[in-house]
Amino acid sequence: MKRLVALLVILFAPAFAGSSSAKVRIVSTLDDFSSIAESIGGVLVEADSLAKGYQDPHFVDAKPSFILKLSRADLLIVAGLELEIGYLPPLIDQSRNGRIHPGNPGYLDVSNGCEILQRPTGQVTRAMGDVHPFGNPHYWLDPDNGRTIARSIAAKLAELDSGNRAAYEKNLAAFEAKLGEKDREWQAKLAPFAGAEIVTFHNSWPNFAKHFRLNVAGNIEPKPGIPPTPSHTLEIINLIKSRSIRAILVEPYFDLKTPKFVAGKTGATVLVFYPSVGGTPEIKDYFAVFDADVGALAKVLGGKDR
Amino acid sequence: MMRRSFRGLAATWVVLSALAPAVAQDQPPPASAEEVRILRQEIATLKSQVEALTAQLAALGPPSAAAPAAPPGGSAPPVPEPPPAVAAPSQTSNYFNPSIAAIGNFLGVGGSNHTENLPSMSLRESEVSLQAVVDPYARADFFLSFGEEGVEVEEGFATFTTLPGGFLAKVGRMRPSFGKINTLHLHVLPWADEPLTIVNFLGGDEGWVGTGVSVARMIPLPGDIFSEVTLQAFRGEAEGLFEAPSRGDLAYNGHYRVFSDLTEAANLDVGLSYAQGPNGLTERSDTRLEGIDATFRWKPLRTATYRSASVRGEYVRSRQEQLSGAEIADGWFLSAEYQLAKRWFAGARVERADRADDAALQDRGLAAILTFWPSEFSQLRGELRRRTYAGGETANEALLQIQFAIGAHGAHPF
Repeated sequence: MKRLVALLVILFAPAFAGSSSAKVRIVSTLDDFSSIAESIGGVLVEADSLAKGYQDPHFVDAKPSFILKLSRADLLIVAGLELEIGYLPPLIDQSRNGRIHPGNPGYLDVSNGCEILQRPTGQVTRAMGDVHPFGNPHYWLDPDNGRTIARSIAAKLAELDSGNRAAYEKNLAAFEAKLGEKDREWQAKLAPFAGAEIVTFHNSWPNFAKHFRLNVAGNIEPKPGIPPTPSHTLEIINLIKSRSIRAILVEPYFDLKTPKFVAGKTGATVLVFYPSVGGTPEIKDYFAVFDADVGALAKVLGGKDR
Repeated sequence: MMRRSFRGLAATWVVLSALAPAVAQDQPPPASAEEVRILRQEIATLKSQVEALTAQLAALGPPSAAAPAAPPGGSAPPVPEPPPAVAAPSQTSNYFNPSIAAIGNFLGVGGSNHTENLPSMSLRESEVSLQAVVDPYARADFFLSFGEEGVEVEEGFATFTTLPGGFLAKVGRMRPSFGKINTLHLHVLPWADEPLTIVNFLGGDEGWVGTGVSVARMIPLPGDIFSEVTLQAFRGEAEGLFEAPSRGDLAYNGHYRVFSDLTEAANLDVGLSYAQGPNGLTERSDTRLEGIDATFRWKPLRTATYRSASVRGEYVRSRQEQLSGAEIADGWFLSAEYQLAKRWFAGARVERADRADDAALQDRGLAAILTFWPSEFSQLRGELRRRTYAGGETANEALLQIQFAIGAHGAHPF
């Protein structure tokens, strides 16, 4: 019995050693939210992410190493709309960290207040593919939503760390000013192509398309999450030919085989399109996502990349 | 003392009950026609004001153009109010219902096997899960297994998720953390059947399921390596494994798990297990189980939906005290799986296990598995299996498993 008690003491002693870090520890499911949180929090926060920018955010593994990260977090930022349903709930439960449970102050769903597109209005069944019953979860790809996300994060940081409220307010204002300036630059680049049609692999880009006045004419996936079929691929080839569509946008984590086949048959250009910070080493922050995508798309639509 | 506080409570109740009608009487009397007319007028005025303001706002242009820059040196504008929470578009009456899902598991078997005579076709178990948060301190998970012969609670437990000191406790009926495979439900195994180590040492086809309590504590190792100790105590009853002649006969299980990311794409999960409990063969005899399990996974993040591989293995040693003395038996399996394409997985398993009650008898098996996932919610699996049993029989069988899930999207176990 004594031996058992000694063993237990040794095992559980580290539990009571607290951390001395005064920074607000943020864990986001996506690098995009971490990037915005770093802009708002500056040196006052430490931000980390679960999914990498070149990883499909629908299929992240619930690795125990993530439990460790979550156990130390003061704030968990999620995309919500069930984007993380496949891995996050058990991680939160096992984190032993009540602060970041949904409904508690350390849990922030930044979809709140954002413009969410494609909320199903009729009946939703899985015959429609892996649909999201709460709307399209790729909403951060609209800079206007980026602004809303930044405001949510700033308000949350001011709540969790009220002593530094002024700093968060100042950083938010700077972020918004830069976003406004950058957005005018991005809009100017894509303005000549307003109304242009594009084809995307997965249905990730409705917010991006709306913001930059593009039309998504079709997806390579016949239904969300369902791999391309020969008949649907033929339909897409005909669509691209009949409407002279110039660009096929593919996230970095999808197979390029079918898009390249379609491009070969139609003359359209396959463009690896980055949905998140960290998609390439050069995409270091939220602004760089649009810098990369807008620049590349403008080149293709302007016929400079063919 | 107790009686007095009850009396106090009753008095409070009486006072409150007497006050209640008085509160109700504070409600304003019904509005007259004149008041309604005035209110209507006010609403119309407010409406026109809102319209005028909306028009002014629109004239100011999109919010991006209007976003103010931080005045140099001056005080920053206040943080805008956080956006209001959007209500989930679900029916009010469903708010507190648990997430419900059902998984069908059909198994068709061809070939002959006189030792383990699986039926030609069976709906092995349909698992219904009911999962929800109980209160700020706990969540509950029920997994009801509907077999062809009836319903049983495969698991039903509460998890206390916000305990101090980094503890996580579970109470109820659960699959003990002995090794890795025993904790997994049938429908998430990478094979259509259970490996021999489970069948021979852990209570047969369904593995070990116990009713009791579990406490787990996370112990981070240097280098941010995840490790966790789990201690569990169960009523010492488990079919074919432990018996509990008296109330004090409990079965205990201890598990230590270390998980490490070797690289971004590869990780290693190693577990050590020890279980002990009365086996009912004599008055004071017990069974001890020792196990080691290891899982190596490889999954490059960029192409994670198309390519992955995993290798897993478990070794179990059983020491069963019998009338004639202690019977020490051991067994192992090694299994590998490779993802060929987004929806195709190929795998193989090799296994060998003594019988727990007679170590001189040994069963061996080989299996090849091909799995196709039409979507995340259905799965077709073919398994070709050869098992050579201790009695001398060699059985060659083909197993066809079809699984389908409906309802709430559960998290993928890892």
